Amino acid sequence: MIKKDLTMVESGKSFVVKEIAGGIGSKKRLEAFGIVPGVVLKKLSSQIMRGPVVLSIKNTQVAIGYGMAKKIIVEEIGNGEG
Amino acid sequence: MEKDRIKKILLVGNPNVGKSVIFSRLTGVDVIVSNYPGTTVEYLKGNLSIGDEKIEVVDVPGTYSLEPTSPAEEVAVNMLKKSIEEKDSIILNIIDSTNLERNLNLTLQVLQLDIPVIVVLNFWDEVKHIGIKIDVKRLEEILGVPVFTTCAISGEGIKELITNLNMAKKGSLHFKEKDRWKEVGKIVGEVQRITHKHHTFLEKLQEWTIHPQTAIPISIVLVFIFFYIIRFIGEGLINFLLDPFFNNILIHPISFLSKILSFNRCLHNIFIGELIDGKIDYKLSFGLLTTGLYVEFGQVLPYVFSFYLVLSFLEDSGYLPRLAVIFDRIMHIVGLHGMGIIPMLLGFGCNVPGILSTRILETRRARFIAITLMSISIPCMSLTAMIFGLLGKYGIKGILPVYLTLFLIWLTGGMIMKFFSKGEVPEIFLEIPPYRIPYFKGMMKKVWIRIKWFIKDATPYVLLGIFIVNILYTFKIIDFMGRITGKFFLKFFSIPPEAAVAIIVGFLRKDVAVGMLAPLNLGLKQLVISTTMLAISFPCAATFATILKEIGLKDLLKSTGIMLITAFITGILLNLIIP
Repeated sequence: MIKKDLTMVESGKSFVVKEIAGGIGSKKRLEAFGIVPGVVLKKLSSQIMRGPVVLSIKNTQVAIGYGMAKKIIVEEIGNGEG
Repeated sequence: MEKDRIKKILLVGNPNVGKSVIFSRLTGVDVIVSNYPGTTVEYLKGNLSIGDEKIEVVDVPGTYSLEPTSPAEEVAVNMLKKSIEEKDSIILNIIDSTNLERNLNLTLQVLQLDIPVIVVLNFWDEVKHIGIKIDVKRLEEILGVPVFTTCAISGEGIKELITNLNMAKKGSLHFKEKDRWKEVGKIVGEVQRITHKHHTFLEKLQEWTIHPQTAIPISIVLVFIFFYIIRFIGEGLINFLLDPFFNNILIHPISFLSKILSFNRCLHNIFIGELIDGKIDYKLSFGLLTTGLYVEFGQVLPYVFSFYLVLSFLEDSGYLPRLAVIFDRIMHIVGLHGMGIIPMLLGFGCNVPGILSTRILETRRARFIAITLMSISIPCMSLTAMIFGLLGKYGIKGILPVYLTLFLIWLTGGMIMKFFSKGEVPEIFLEIPPYRIPYFKGMMKKVWIRIKWFIKDATPYVLLGIFIVNILYTFKIIDFMGRITGKFFLKFFSIPPEAAVAIIVGFLRKDVAVGMLAPLNLGLKQLVISTTMLAISFPCAATFATILKEIGLKDLLKSTGIMLITAFITGILLNLIIP
């Protein structure tokens, strides 16, 4: 399957995080929410005009700016609960 | 650890887990709590008394991790390090039990520190509602420290916590740092059972207010509804409670006093002001006990009350972070991200707390833009109440030009500042809390705290403002100021000298200044220009002092320069545009 970042994929589906393609700063911030490679998250929505992406991870909803969402490389694991 | 050796309790936890409510419960100190991350932007300290003993309690701003990712978190972490060295503190690690997994990440980091810990599972009542079961005993065994459950908002479990503070222990859990999240997963798997999960109405609402197709229309409708509620309650209080009180009851002692003071013109002028057609007129007389009291308590206070009622509801429900997400793009236009909307909203109540809450923004540049925009183009409730009082009779024709102008200034001012200041706009990174039904008692307490602040902060300035205006009138200084600035104001902005003086008085208190416009019999155009310029020009003294404290003298001067230029240009443009 082709790897895509979180801004490119459909809302309402669950994904496995493959890679954080960012610097140490972004990695640290994402790590604090448990967004690390191997973890499953669900994309809930994205706002229009490159607005923030809202995702759900470990029962928490997080809004992440477009640029940061681009750094989260994911792979789809099928629809269903995240 | 022996109880008598505990000198300090540090409340540590993720943002928005209820640390401030627990702080308030332990110390009896009233603090503002809301349902969004980052309500507490400064350290709050208070004392817990057990018998004759006093233990210091520190409400540390929320952090997701002990590896700081923002300046605010850095301060929190440094504070912890210092307390560890002093060896007289314990940590209460507050956890949102509905979100065990994410919260335990910080807990595991805290347990590595050389300091006794108690874990507190807060929101314990909610856990049952949403069908989560947590094995507290097992969690205690795994973590190696005592675990207590509380529902801070109702006070459940707090007493037990206080009597058992001496049970705090250093953590004994060992794991590899890089496997922290795995360890968290293992623990959660062992202690937590999710029994059933049904979609509640609040969860549906959660979906509607985050998907752009539904969220944007909902936000627009909500803004209008809340605006009307604020006006409805504010006006209702004025018409049915405060005006009758001032006109039918308070008028008697004041008229009596007016007769007593009539022997001394000067004293009469200061306390009662001028009689209009032989009678006291609360809006026009301009004495300390007439217009002074009426402006603050009869006109401004009802709006301040209704605004804070609505704001507190919004804060406690958890809607504000969603608003931040929806408006993120728009806020980017002015060089901020979505979180910038929260200080702006607070600024509509009073610029002072608005400016303080810009601390939730990450960069100095963002804070400067937010603070400058707020002091120039966000009218506080005191100002709004007076504008409504003055222009309300013209309806939308009077109100709209003022607010539309302010909005356009906000937008263009922000764009210009963004263009000319260096740096990137940091991206939004925000936890969105679940909706919660506001707890009525807590909400009213918050409104009350804010009303108390308002009365305490505003009263001296309002009275001082009116006092100074009267002194200036008595010694004809106002006439003099009017004469030297009058031509200038008349030429550029078509407003009479007296209105020019009001703009100068606006430095002390905006509501008093707008009050000064009332007796001048200005036309619609002049009213619109002078109130708009008043709104833009010098923020009141309290705001000025807060800006100085928050961003320093250099940036304050920069901000003031921008403000003066904006006021000048706007005055000229309005004078040209309005027929």
